[in-house]
Amino acid sequence: MSTVERTATGARPRPRTTPDVGAALLAVLVLAALAAPLLAPHDPEAVQSARVLGSPSASYPFGSDVLGRDVLSRVLYALRVSLTVAVSAVGVATLVAVPLGLLAGYAGGWVDSLISRPLDMLLVLPALLLAISLIAILGPGSVVAALAIAVIYLPILARVMRSSTLVVTRNEYVVVARARGAGHLRVMARHVLPNAIGPVAVQASVLTGFALQLEAALSFLGLGTQPPTPSLGGMLADGRDVLTQAPWVEVFPGLAIAVAVIAFTLLGDGLRRSLDPTGVAS
Amino acid sequence: MTAALALCDLRVRFPVGDGLVSAVDGVSLRVEPGEIVGLVGESGCGKSTLAAAVMGLLPPSTSVTGSVRVAGDEVVGLDDRRLRAMRGDRVSMVVQDPSTSLDPIWSVGDQVAETIRAHRRVGRRQARALATQLMTDVGIPAAASRYDDPPHRLSGGMRQRIVIAAALANEPSLLIADEPTTALDVTIQAQILGLIRRLRDDRGTAVLLITHDLGVVAQVCDRVAVMYAGQLVEVAGAQELFDHPRHPYTRALLGALPSATARGERLAVIPGQVPDLAHQPRGCRFAARCPLRTDVCEQAPVPEPVGASMAACWHVDQPLPLLGGAR
Repeated sequence: MSTVERTATGARPRPRTTPDVGAALLAVLVLAALAAPLLAPHDPEAVQSARVLGSPSASYPFGSDVLGRDVLSRVLYALRVSLTVAVSAVGVATLVAVPLGLLAGYAGGWVDSLISRPLDMLLVLPALLLAISLIAILGPGSVVAALAIAVIYLPILARVMRSSTLVVTRNEYVVVARARGAGHLRVMARHVLPNAIGPVAVQASVLTGFALQLEAALSFLGLGTQPPTPSLGGMLADGRDVLTQAPWVEVFPGLAIAVAVIAFTLLGDGLRRSLDPTGVAS
Repeated sequence: MTAALALCDLRVRFPVGDGLVSAVDGVSLRVEPGEIVGLVGESGCGKSTLAAAVMGLLPPSTSVTGSVRVAGDEVVGLDDRRLRAMRGDRVSMVVQDPSTSLDPIWSVGDQVAETIRAHRRVGRRQARALATQLMTDVGIPAAASRYDDPPHRLSGGMRQRIVIAAALANEPSLLIADEPTTALDVTIQAQILGLIRRLRDDRGTAVLLITHDLGVVAQVCDRVAVMYAGQLVEVAGAQELFDHPRHPYTRALLGALPSATARGERLAVIPGQVPDLAHQPRGCRFAARCPLRTDVCEQAPVPEPVGASMAACWHVDQPLPLLGGAR
């Protein structure tokens, strides 16, 4: 309520920086991942016995790991894999979830039940268990990990789309569009979808952060990205055994995960704010 | 002449729990081309349901019986495709609040053009030109420069003009205006009502004006239909209705209007409440609140027609005792 009152006075001291911080942070990460071949000082997979567990130095800023590989180069390349898996997983989930949620929310009745009940069933399964089962069936790897993550987030995104559609459909302009002679498909595509997509974009952004974390967890367990391809989760697994002697092997990929998750969460917050100009819902 | 709208014994029932609740019960009404007919009644009396029935916009579970003819064509029982072809083309609707009836995402001009393109094979450019012309017709200054504005850049009155422009885009034979001025302030209200009347004069569009505001009725309507608890209780010419209301409900409504001359007096009220839709009395629905009630009111009154007018009451024209609250 206080936000609303302050809006009325025209001086709302809302931190306007967060959306930009999230977007900027993410831009840095994405650029770093894209430019990995240019930025990485060394071959991420080059084994050097002389550099085993070398501490951070000028030419190895993040130190080197058990096999003498450059941690900085590996983090950069791992970021590529992790971001690709996270973004494509959530992307696929969103592409499937949006039409399903839209149809369920708009049509209601038995169509809603037909779509929502199976998704609810999917939702009650523990995320990691579902991912592990899928990987057990399809075999480990980045693509399967991405698919598993997409399956896990599909029902969440579909539910957000459905409830947002329910709210938008109650607006008078939806009835008015029908009164002007628009068909259901047109009303859904032109009037409901664009007005209802906002919360899904917010949710998708936040979930991409979680997806990156989940991919790291799967790779940590050896179920996601397979060695020798560097992955953030795999690097965490490598560093665990040498945590006391060479903490840099563990700390830098861990930091990369943390920063990426924070970036996506801030981006989600920023999106939420820009989509909700009144600042009432927080 | 074919009526722009002819309702014959229209009944609309909604399934509620195990039973059906009757929201519109046996309404018969004609709106002639070029005529503005007011449909008056308090909230929940079935006005808007009646409008939705004419537009074919009621949910599929609703039971609609009787006949609705728009320019001679039956609407009840039409399939979705035919209804869609009719809506926005031969009948269109203007609703109460222009701040919610325009999609916030699309420009106001596009929303007018959308109606045109939904029914006519015209290109984007031509639709834009037609929409701009319509916007000018409804009194939007510098329409071409307003075309690309989103709804929130326009004032409430301007937005309602846009809604009206969209409704008139395909020259419908009937315009249903459901409380078109309720959300607007009084000055703008007068402008919008003037616009509706001017458009009727220019184009010969019939208008069914739904309102609970007798002041609005007095300003624009040719005839008035008074609705109570799902039924029409009185239909009369506007002047006639204000001068000589016949049904006790109409008389009570007019008696409840604030007067400019009698200052400092309490406003008259109609005692009691509107009967619950699910438990309607068998006889006259107004009987419980009516000062003229007698035993005969246990039976449903037979509408007493006088020319094009009618009043559904056993005690039409009997002198009315003072209502509670009036001194």
